[in-house]
Amino acid sequence: MNPVKSLKAQKSQLGESAFQLKVLNDKELLGNNVPLFRDKLEDINLFPLKPTKLEIFQINVGKMCNQVCKHCHVDAGPDRKEIMTRETMQKCVDIIAKYKFTTLDLTGGAPEMNNNFRWFIEEIRKVDAEIKIIVRCNLTIILANPKYHDLPVFFKKNNIEVVSSLPATSASRTDSQRGDGVFDDSIKALQMLNAVGYGMEGTGLNLNLVYNPAGAFLPAGQAGLEKEFKRVLKTKFNIEFNSLFAITNIPISRYLDYLLVSGNYAAYMEKLVAAYNPVAAVNVMCRNTLSIGWDGYLYDCDFNQMLELKVAAKSKHISEFDYDELSNRSIIVNQHCYGCTAGAGSSCGGEVA
Amino acid sequence: MKTYYNPDDLAKFGKIGEFGGKDLAKKFFDYYGETFKDGALTEREKSLIALAVAHTMQCPYCIDAYTADTLAKGCTEDEMMEAVHVSAALAAGVKLVHSVQMINKAKELMM
Repeated sequence: MNPVKSLKAQKSQLGESAFQLKVLNDKELLGNNVPLFRDKLEDINLFPLKPTKLEIFQINVGKMCNQVCKHCHVDAGPDRKEIMTRETMQKCVDIIAKYKFTTLDLTGGAPEMNNNFRWFIEEIRKVDAEIKIIVRCNLTIILANPKYHDLPVFFKKNNIEVVSSLPATSASRTDSQRGDGVFDDSIKALQMLNAVGYGMEGTGLNLNLVYNPAGAFLPAGQAGLEKEFKRVLKTKFNIEFNSLFAITNIPISRYLDYLLVSGNYAAYMEKLVAAYNPVAAVNVMCRNTLSIGWDGYLYDCDFNQMLELKVAAKSKHISEFDYDELSNRSIIVNQHCYGCTAGAGSSCGGEVA
Repeated sequence: MKTYYNPDDLAKFGKIGEFGGKDLAKKFFDYYGETFKDGALTEREKSLIALAVAHTMQCPYCIDAYTADTLAKGCTEDEMMEAVHVSAALAAGVKLVHSVQMINKAKELMM
């Protein structure tokens, strides 16, 4: 049974970022089996961790969502009212117009639930016709209300890359993570996206899926999972997509709550440590990404954003954006960072090593 | 409570060469790793076979490891249970096929 309310609405301690950081560093819970992540970076002369180049501008336009997924690191849901204003969006447009980012990555919540979502994308396209725009669409939003039914057409018109979560090719495992009925609606939404050309060969309209394990285990190799997802989705539902990104669940927020409640927390952290890969550490996404919160504050990544760890720079807000300073900042790391360096590594675009 | 099997020991498997037989351990783990790579069978299919064998061998370490591995590789609950049923059916079949030996012997002895 999925939660009906966010941790914040439940007034759970884990809804507070400070408490999550305490749990992540709690020796009573973890024993001595989880060394400091920063020490792991020091071992390979990577501490303090520095950006390589600012290429990806990832904007979280709000925490409101039509789903309440068990693993959500945002603690998103219908009860979350934190939404980016048009004024803050305009500031983001101005930054995109001024600096050459290769990719704009829009996330949430369900980003489409922000009333200014379409305006925002159209404004970005006016100032940069070439930038790759990714929308992290949860699929079910397309069916949630008639006003969203034309989203596939809107995405196509604005040359958007669609990235959507689907943790399994079965309803039971998908729904256990994302809520009752989510699998069936996701399948319908994928078929709607296919119908306008998304994921279809030769259209140039990219539809990529994200695989997050629905449980306390790490993802297997991305290539094998992609092959299996392609086989099953084509055979059973006549669905096509481009690539599958395997992403490790980061032990914060609702996933951390799940690990604690299910008694898997210590073992999961040990698995992450055992799977630590220095090559993945070199290629972590926070080195070429800047994350912007709904209220315009700047973070190293979407996970640091949810832990309220603002960038270690004077320019902490979009209104005081300083490209050079941000390019030379030290990235804030903590114990949750093991999630991005396990195995072949994990980023918003899947494996990194 | 002390038991012969300790879940923490699974993580120590890769270090058996530190006690002795380092070269042999290395050869074994290289072979093991190579065996489970995609080949004529996919990694996913090999993991399901390993899950079935783990049950046949009744190895708790292997059952832990290949339950997690098949889940990670996206195997469904039905696929995992069917793999275990293959193991169970084979185990039953192995017993039952020996009944032919029993029948042969009985026929020899009976009037």
